[in-house]
Amino acid sequence: MGSQILGVLFDGFAYGMLLFLLSVGLSVTLGLMNFINLAHGAFAMIGGYATVTLMNWYGWPFLPSLPVAFVAAAIVSVVLERTLFRRLYKSDPLQQVLFTIGLVFVVSAAAAYLFTTAVQPVRVPDYLRGSVEALGVTFGIYRIFLIAVALVITAFLVAGLEYTRFGAMVRAAVDNQRMASGLGINVETVFAITFALGSGLAGLGGALSIEIVGLDPSFAFHYLVYMLIVVAVGGLGSIRGSFVAATLLGLADVAGKYYVPELGAFLIYVLMIGILFFVPLGLFGKRA
Amino acid sequence: MTTATESSATKPSASVDPRAFLKRQTRWSVFEVLFWLATLSPFFLFETYLSLASQIAITALFAVSLDLILGYAGIISLGHAVFFGVGAYTAGIVSKYGWGEPISGLFIAAAAAAIVGYLTSFIIVRVQHLALLMITLGLGFIAVEIANSADWLTGGADGLLGVETWPVLGIWDFDLWGKTAYGFALVVLFILFVVSRRLVHSPFGLSLRGIRENAVRMPAIGAPNPRRLQKVYVISAAIAGVAGALLTQTTEFASLEVLGFQRSADLAIILILGGTGRLYGAIIGAIIFMVARDQLADMNPQYWYFWIGLLLMAVVLFLPDGILGGLTRLVPARWRKP
Repeated sequence: MGSQILGVLFDGFAYGMLLFLLSVGLSVTLGLMNFINLAHGAFAMIGGYATVTLMNWYGWPFLPSLPVAFVAAAIVSVVLERTLFRRLYKSDPLQQVLFTIGLVFVVSAAAAYLFTTAVQPVRVPDYLRGSVEALGVTFGIYRIFLIAVALVITAFLVAGLEYTRFGAMVRAAVDNQRMASGLGINVETVFAITFALGSGLAGLGGALSIEIVGLDPSFAFHYLVYMLIVVAVGGLGSIRGSFVAATLLGLADVAGKYYVPELGAFLIYVLMIGILFFVPLGLFGKRA
Repeated sequence: MTTATESSATKPSASVDPRAFLKRQTRWSVFEVLFWLATLSPFFLFETYLSLASQIAITALFAVSLDLILGYAGIISLGHAVFFGVGAYTAGIVSKYGWGEPISGLFIAAAAAAIVGYLTSFIIVRVQHLALLMITLGLGFIAVEIANSADWLTGGADGLLGVETWPVLGIWDFDLWGKTAYGFALVVLFILFVVSRRLVHSPFGLSLRGIRENAVRMPAIGAPNPRRLQKVYVISAAIAGVAGALLTQTTEFASLEVLGFQRSADLAIILILGGTGRLYGAIIGAIIFMVARDQLADMNPQYWYFWIGLLLMAVVLFLPDGILGGLTRLVPARWRKP
């Protein structure tokens, strides 16, 4: 019984880390510009398809394809940001939502056209397969790898945000955009760089998630909902909030599906609405 | 939506006498009369498309209900299909268990949707921006899960079978060609449109626009927001419920799809295509969207959404007031309604 709970906790935590990678960029960019970017899931999908293309068409190994997934998503996102998104920062939220939903439609249709609607197979290397046993629980090696990657990235993010000059500029812009630009920070540039980094992380998350949840053209929409839950529950612009919310969501989702499968996804939505009802700004949010 | 405020600023008399201002807004223009006359044309010109026409009328009514909260009160919802679905299932269940009278069925469905709207409105008025989007989205998913698991009542994934609608007023039976269906849907759409039109041009409607424009200033001038928002939310839910009930009554079927996210998303697309905050935008958007989908029905849905996506992006970038807003700009200012 105890080992079973431990196993569920482990799987839930690994899933939570995946959700964290996918959504942390969205949280920071939303906090920066208040721009509701529903296309964030599409960037994750672009990363996933970049990995699939490299591995299955060009025979690349898994690990080197991961940085490419990051770079591909980052480049696509920053090009779109500079050409299209920036026109909408002053628009009302509905227009942002619909514009980015339109983009998701286009990207998903393009993915279906290029890669068909089938789930893309990807073969992770042997040393990431299998599992180890400890305390009577089997831990999947790939999930351990996933948790390690996520924790290293979290450490880098926190350090970068807390101790670098650029991190200080990001924090200032999240706290008060007008004040920050009044002090001479070029908020637009800060935002473009952050946007690229955040989308790159989503791309990396997309690539890492293929082994766990599979990849098909509906990925962008399906995981978008999870990303948005993480951001809304964690609070905009808060890395700590995203981390806590992603962990909570991962645990709730895995535990819910394991112990009360008949409730389906019901549990996480009730949890989200309950949390938002009492703290509309999210657990660590300072402003809407 | 800005035309009203712009032109009232150019005419000082409007700001002096609010009653004259409201009265001028409620006056029917010749375009509107022509528009409603044109809605009769499917009876004579496109008889083979009558069932599509009734679908359009139902979608238009649903879009009008969203426009009330979104275009006028500024409540963005990605889960409005919940009320459509509650109405659809209520009408279907009432009819399945022996009461197929359509008009009272609409009232029962409206009441059910209004009750759900009232209960959820307490959450809705507490939150804004992203949290609002997420809560409406989450309510939509929860509604689908509930309807799916309560299959003893709703038929679950198989849909609600055995719905039978009696003739309207005991005279007009729902025929295969959809003549009654369109006539019935059109009359209901027109009546509820007139009600909505009256509502948005009333002092209450003005106060909603005030909340949309500046949610902080309204309470400061003595008009607290939450109760007003709750009120319009319940009204909108009831109208959405009627639209859902119409769909069940005319097709004699209801499935989980009436509640789904796809329907809520399509609805938001329709409204932004047509233009928010102008009621007619909802109807124009519904016509364009439904006709386009009907014409492109042979296309794989994956690719159909490619074009919808492109169209959405183009409309947001180039026609921020929607298609109707773009058209309005073509009309000379003196012909426009104040």
